[in-house]
Amino acid sequence: MSGLRDWALLVLGVAVLAALPMVADNYTLRLGTVFCMYAALALSWNVIGGFAGYPSFATAAFFGLGAYTCAILQSAGWPMLPALAAGGALAGLFAAAVGGAILHLRGHYFAIASLALAEVLRELATKLEWLTGGGMGLNLPVPAMELHAQAAFFLHLMLGVAALAGAATLLLRGSRLGFALRCIQQNEDAAGMLGVDTRRAKTLAFAISAIFPGLAGGAYASWTHYIEPPDVFDVLLSVKPLVMVLLGGLGTVFGPVVGAGLLLLFEEAVWRSFLTLHAAVLGVIIVVLVLFLPNGLMDATRRLLGRRGRGAA
Amino acid sequence: MLYLQVAANGLVLGGLYACIAVGFSLVWGVLNVINILHGSFIVLGSYLALFAYQVLGLHPFLAILPVAAALYAVGHATQGLLVNRVIAAPVLMTLTLTFGLDLMLNNTMIVAFTADYRRLNLETPLGVLFLGDVVLPGDRVAAMALALLLTGGLWLLLRGTRLGRAVVAVRMDRDAAALMGVNVPRINAVTFGLGAAMAGAAGVLLALIFPVSPLNSGLFLGKAFTVCVLGGLGSVPGALVGGIALGLIESFGALWLGPEWAITISFMVLIAVLALRPDGLLGRRGYA
Repeated sequence: MSGLRDWALLVLGVAVLAALPMVADNYTLRLGTVFCMYAALALSWNVIGGFAGYPSFATAAFFGLGAYTCAILQSAGWPMLPALAAGGALAGLFAAAVGGAILHLRGHYFAIASLALAEVLRELATKLEWLTGGGMGLNLPVPAMELHAQAAFFLHLMLGVAALAGAATLLLRGSRLGFALRCIQQNEDAAGMLGVDTRRAKTLAFAISAIFPGLAGGAYASWTHYIEPPDVFDVLLSVKPLVMVLLGGLGTVFGPVVGAGLLLLFEEAVWRSFLTLHAAVLGVIIVVLVLFLPNGLMDATRRLLGRRGRGAA
Repeated sequence: MLYLQVAANGLVLGGLYACIAVGFSLVWGVLNVINILHGSFIVLGSYLALFAYQVLGLHPFLAILPVAAALYAVGHATQGLLVNRVIAAPVLMTLTLTFGLDLMLNNTMIVAFTADYRRLNLETPLGVLFLGDVVLPGDRVAAMALALLLTGGLWLLLRGTRLGRAVVAVRMDRDAAALMGVNVPRINAVTFGLGAAMAGAAGVLLALIFPVSPLNSGLFLGKAFTVCVLGGLGSVPGALVGGIALGLIESFGALWLGPEWAITISFMVLIAVLALRPDGLLGRRGYA
């Protein structure tokens, strides 16, 4: 049964990453933390973008909302973990509420509405200075820990978020909701006619795809000790998950994780030497992907090896 | 009297917004492609006007046609060589492709021109126009008039010429148009080129009013989105109505809530209209 195998893979991956602090230096731990963050974002995007086929650009909105909620609550004296959980919960509730209004839109209209969410939240975060510090940003308390312990702590925190997102994806795949989403992706009208409550399924999927970015945003804020609106509501945060999922393969379970790793490798290898052309290089990757590898690198490798893969999910 | 002045400012702004949006709306309506490059095309047009004025001494009003022609070529090549290859793919793919191209173009402009805000200051401005108690800078009024002229020109092109009818035919039914002998890939490229040309022309006019910087491209793209959604997709009159509506909303919003809220208001309006009236205020699909 492939289900059991996938759970084993997830547990194995989490175990390996969790053991990283015993052998690796702080730089590697930082990379590991970013990898977990990317994986969590890509897995979450895959729920709405891959399974349900709705091109969402709202990841940055959820990420920023989680980051600001966590930061504001911590500044008010909350401990880190409850503040983090509150950020994830608020992002999920926000998505459920907004989803009711925008999920009846299809295609480009949905993409734009979701893109505008992050813009509105960023503008609000800049304007509401009494709450968010405005353009000055917010400082968070720095945990009283030695550097390596701190790096290990935040790796484990982000790994926890990614593991939750992975587990949610695996649970979703086998569930009625996952089945409903794939029906919606293939033909929403037909799914509705056959009795799938499409509105409920889409809203749930949107909320699920918001919770983990919300948690990741909170973890990121705690990790960097400082956030500002352009940083946590950055449109690239909405685009990178999509690129990772395209890299790894749309609608698969581990594709997004593989894509996250690949994008991180690209970032480290290429962008270090071309700092000012950072965005342009990402652009080239995107263009090449869309034009030549629309089904992802994994699929291309499979075809290159002449073997037919198991197929999507 | 204050209201009259604010309304006049809103109308001037609205005419320019219509010009920003009409090319974007055309590409979206005919090709079903969201052209994320549109904002960067506008900025590129602004830079070309800036350099034409500073280096060649060419007045921006005279630079409109050459700049539009240059961007037409860029747009035609982009669609013909790249976007046409994935035009039949799901919306996510074309959207992502233009996004990637935009990252490349915008980043290149930042490296080539720096992100500094530059100004195009005319040596001999047109002076100030007094209409009763309403005061308007002449250059702005002229820019708006030209923007409306260009928008009207595109409308005439689409309604009155063989090429324009072919574009509208592709918009209405791609397959039927192909069966009637329309070369659809070529019309796709022409349409994208026209959209880019309108963006370039809008960029020239905007350079007279706003500071020029690659960082503005996202802002202009946002305006184009909002105008399209407000006015309804893919029609020249829709872009006009949407542009003027957005200009007035922003002017009065800035008056009542403070200028720093203008952008937030326009995005709020965008989401509200999308949620309530996804076909726009005019409420009909289709191309005039």
